[in-house]
Amino acid sequence: MDKVVIAEDLSLSYSSDEAIINQVNFSIDSGSFVFITGASGSGKSTLLKSLYGALKPKYGSLVVGGVELRKVSRSKLNFLRRHIGIVFQDYKLVKEWTIEKNIMLPLIINGYGKDVTQKQVDSLLKHVRLTHQAGKHPLELSGGEQQRVAMARALSHNPILILADEPTGNLDDYSSQLIWNLLEGANTQLKTTVIVVTHHIPVSMNVEYKHFHIEYGRIHAVN
Amino acid sequence: MQSIKNHISLIVALLSILFSIQIFIIVDRSIASYKQNLTNNYSMVIVSQKSIDNNTTLGFSPLISSVSELTPDSIIKRLNTNMNNKNIELLKLSLPKFYKIQLNSYPSPDEIKALTKSILRYPTITKVEDFAHNHDIIYKLLLLFKGVVAIFAITIFVVTSLLIFKELRIWQFKHSERMSIMGLFGAPGWLRSAVLFRLALVDALISSFMVFALFTYLSFNPWVLQQFGNVGINITIFNQIDDFILLFGTAVFLSILLAMLIVVGHKEEA
Repeated sequence: MDKVVIAEDLSLSYSSDEAIINQVNFSIDSGSFVFITGASGSGKSTLLKSLYGALKPKYGSLVVGGVELRKVSRSKLNFLRRHIGIVFQDYKLVKEWTIEKNIMLPLIINGYGKDVTQKQVDSLLKHVRLTHQAGKHPLELSGGEQQRVAMARALSHNPILILADEPTGNLDDYSSQLIWNLLEGANTQLKTTVIVVTHHIPVSMNVEYKHFHIEYGRIHAVN
Repeated sequence: MQSIKNHISLIVALLSILFSIQIFIIVDRSIASYKQNLTNNYSMVIVSQKSIDNNTTLGFSPLISSVSELTPDSIIKRLNTNMNNKNIELLKLSLPKFYKIQLNSYPSPDEIKALTKSILRYPTITKVEDFAHNHDIIYKLLLLFKGVVAIFAITIFVVTSLLIFKELRIWQFKHSERMSIMGLFGAPGWLRSAVLFRLALVDALISSFMVFALFTYLSFNPWVLQQFGNVGINITIFNQIDDFILLFGTAVFLSILLAMLIVVGHKEEA
C-alpha cells in the first residue's frame, strides 16, 4: 500500500533548544484514518503543522504526498498544500468573506471553473446544513457552524489528505457528530487519508482507524 | 458596508495627499506667474551721452530682452516743470540719451550689480538706474514666498509619509490574516496579494477621480477665479490632462508601494 506520510528520525522544535518531537519514525498508509492523541503540550499540533509544511523538520526526514518537507521549495509546498484539506482548531476563516466564498477558497486556488465551484459549494453547504447561511460572514455564525464551514472548505477540492486539529474540541454534540460523519464519509467514499489530532477518540467510530499516541516527544502506535 | 470600510481608509489618506500636491502645484504656479508679472514690470534705465544702437545694448548681457529709447518729451514730462516752450526746446537739445531695458527674467540683486557694472563699462554710458531698493524688497518677498512653499512641500512629504506608514500598519493587520489562510491552502504569491493590489488600484482610481472632480469644479468657479484675478495672477488652476496624470500616477505609485511593502513584510503563520 502507498504511504502518504513517511517520517524517519524526525525531530521538530520551534527554537534551537528542546525538541518537541524527538527522532520519531512512523508512516501512514494512503486511504487510512488516523488518530493522533496525547496530553496538552505533547506536540500533537506541532506534528500536524509539520505535515502541511508550517514547521520544517529540524532533523530527519518527513515526506508527505511524495514531497520531502525538510528542504522544500515554496512552489512545491504550495503544490502539496493544494492537495491537502486542513481543519484548524480556531477555524481560520477569512472574516471579510462570506461563508460561500470561504468554502470556495481551495477551489479558486486550484483553478476550478465557476460552474464546478458553485455546484461543489452548494452540495457542501447542504452536507454541513448551512445552505441558509451561505451569504453570511463567519463572525455571524456560532463556533459549531464556523467549524462546519471550515470542514466544508477542507473537503471542497477532494484532497488526497485531510489534516484536522481538534476538529470537535469546543463543539456541541450535533456539530461534533456532523464533523465525524463528514470525515468518515470522505475516508470511506473518496478514499481520502484522514489524520485527526484529538484528546479523545469518539466511541462510535464507523471506520477502521489507526491510533498513534505522543508522549515525551516520542510517538507510539497504539493499535 | 464591509466593502466600503475596506476602501475608505486608504481613499481618505490618498485624498489628503493628492489634495496637498495639487495645492502645492497651484501655489507654485501662482509664484511663477507673480514672478513673470514682476519681470514684465521691471526695467532699468541707461543714460548715455551719445546714441547707442539696440544690438550694442542687447550685447551687454544675455539677460537683456529688449531695449527702447525714451523720448525727450517723456523725460521732460516726468520732470513736471513749469518751463516755457523755448526753454524746453533748449533742454531737449542738451539732454543725454535715455534707454529703457527690459530683462528675460526677474534678476537677483547680484545679477543686477553685475549687469550694471557691465553696462557702465561702455564709454558713453554715464549712469544706470536699476531701482535696486524697490527691487530688493520685492525680491526678498519673493524669496519668502518660495521659502513658504518649500516648507509646505516638506510638510506634505512628512504628512504623506506618516499617512502611508499608518495605512501600512492598518493594512498589514487587515490583510495578513487572509494572506496567511490563503497560503495554508497553497495559494501562490500573486494570488495571495491579488486582492491587495486590486484594492490598491481601485482606491487610487477613486481618489484620483474625486480630486479631479473637485479641482475641475474649482478651476471653473467664478469666485475662485476672481480671487486670483484680484491679485493679478492668471494661472491654470487644474490642467485636466497633465495634472490628472500626475495625481493618478502618484496615487497608483503610493498604493502599489503600500501593497508591495505589505507583501514583502508578510510573514507566514507557523
